[in-house]
Amino acid sequence: MHRSVESLLRDARESGRSIPEAVLATEARETGVEPAAIRARVRRTLEVMRAAIAEGLKGEVRSPSGLTGGRAKRLWDAGPRLLGPRVTATLARAIATLEVNAAMGLIVAAPTAGAAGVLPAILVSIGECLDLDDDALVDAMLVAGGIGGVIAQRASLAGAEGGCQAETGTAAAMGAAAVTWVAGGTDEQVATAVALSLQGMLGLICDPIGGLVEIPCIYRNASAAMQAIAAAEMALAGLDFPVPADEVIDIMGEVGRRMPAAYRETALGGLAASPSARRLVQIEPARRPTGISK
Amino acid sequence: MVSLFDILGPVMVGPSSSHTAGACRLGLMARAILGATPERARIALHGSFAATGDGHGTHRAIVGGLIGLMPDDLRLRDAFAEAERAGMRWEFVTVDLGDDAHPNTAIFELEAGGESARVRGASIGGGRIEVTEVDGFAVSLGGDYDTLVLLAEDVPGTIAAIAGVLAAEGINLATMRVDRTGRHLDALMTIEADQPVPERVLNQIRAFPWLRWARSVGKIA
Repeated sequence: MHRSVESLLRDARESGRSIPEAVLATEARETGVEPAAIRARVRRTLEVMRAAIAEGLKGEVRSPSGLTGGRAKRLWDAGPRLLGPRVTATLARAIATLEVNAAMGLIVAAPTAGAAGVLPAILVSIGECLDLDDDALVDAMLVAGGIGGVIAQRASLAGAEGGCQAETGTAAAMGAAAVTWVAGGTDEQVATAVALSLQGMLGLICDPIGGLVEIPCIYRNASAAMQAIAAAEMALAGLDFPVPADEVIDIMGEVGRRMPAAYRETALGGLAASPSARRLVQIEPARRPTGISK
Repeated sequence: MVSLFDILGPVMVGPSSSHTAGACRLGLMARAILGATPERARIALHGSFAATGDGHGTHRAIVGGLIGLMPDDLRLRDAFAEAERAGMRWEFVTVDLGDDAHPNTAIFELEAGGESARVRGASIGGGRIEVTEVDGFAVSLGGDYDTLVLLAEDVPGTIAAIAGVLAAEGINLATMRVDRTGRHLDALMTIEADQPVPERVLNQIRAFPWLRWARSVGKIA
């Protein structure tokens, strides 16, 4: 995969390909898999994403800890009060996937399980809004994958290494790039959307209550999805950012490396260490899940 | 190398790529090294696996892997019931392997049909795993290749003989590793190949008088 947004854009420009075509060609060359087979697998991945959203929106999933489940449906049913319907639906969809994840349902880690709600929510909502077919959504996913690949190589995708900015921040950057692309943005606007989304996620810590991928993760996924759409909106309007995407990605990596361990998925700091969180974990210990064999 | 489906994937049962999908893959690898579904399993969990495995379905994922369920198999949720149906008995214990051990380490002690295997491995992030020890011998297996695990008497010519059999079958080797620090006069070999090694070829290797056992460990998706 490309190691910089700059090299991805240059590759596209010099080869006369679109960004998704450049990502696809690179993947085919590096793995020896036919482009058509890669697209087919991306499409199957999209189906898993859709199914997870649908399951979460039914409102029946509950995590073993009891901390999450049913909130996506509550937001969906309540509907928009302050926001446009698309945004409210996006928030509900992001929460839906994370609730399915917490309940041991089937999800796509994109780029991680803890950030699995962001990209699917954006794809489904923007797909609906712009009336996109699956081919266009597969293109959008290829753009997202190309950006995620750059971040994986330049910074980190793991909350334990770089905090939540590395997980939902990366997902937001992937989503912003995907949306900007399918909404007709230029290559430069795609890069700007990456910078704009990620700058808004810098410094975000990973502090899950009880060490579980539940709270605040479901809400962090919702806010990251919103961040991504906002960044795309601004990039598409021609707003600029003085620091290029690759430098913002590098800064995200640096902030992660300098982040104290308490804020890197250890459940020793942040919200996880709040008095209420500690009481909650005491009151609701996970049911003994080691099983008993006779 | 990062691949597109490391970013748009894996497709997996939640909630954690390391504590659920990776844990399941460790179980699958341990099962493959034993060569059968275990009748008895004792699994020692270290570090974060021991501390936060409860909330991440780690135990279910490991038990599921031991009976052959893949990371995207929804039956992982009911892995305990599935494992009982499969006739496996298991217990989990907590172990402190010290600060040097990877925080997501598990040690498997497995038995089936008179055979046994002791496998140590860790879930190293994003669902990827590394098995570092088999029966006391040092190895490094990630489940990314079709792999042969063999125990042979430590006599000259074993490596050439095995490589000869594989070469004659046109099987291309990616890595080969030998360790004889484990116990008495045996050497454990791990061979990662670019394609599966058929049972027929495995039996040719098993026919060598100095070979104690050989098992094929398939690629784990």
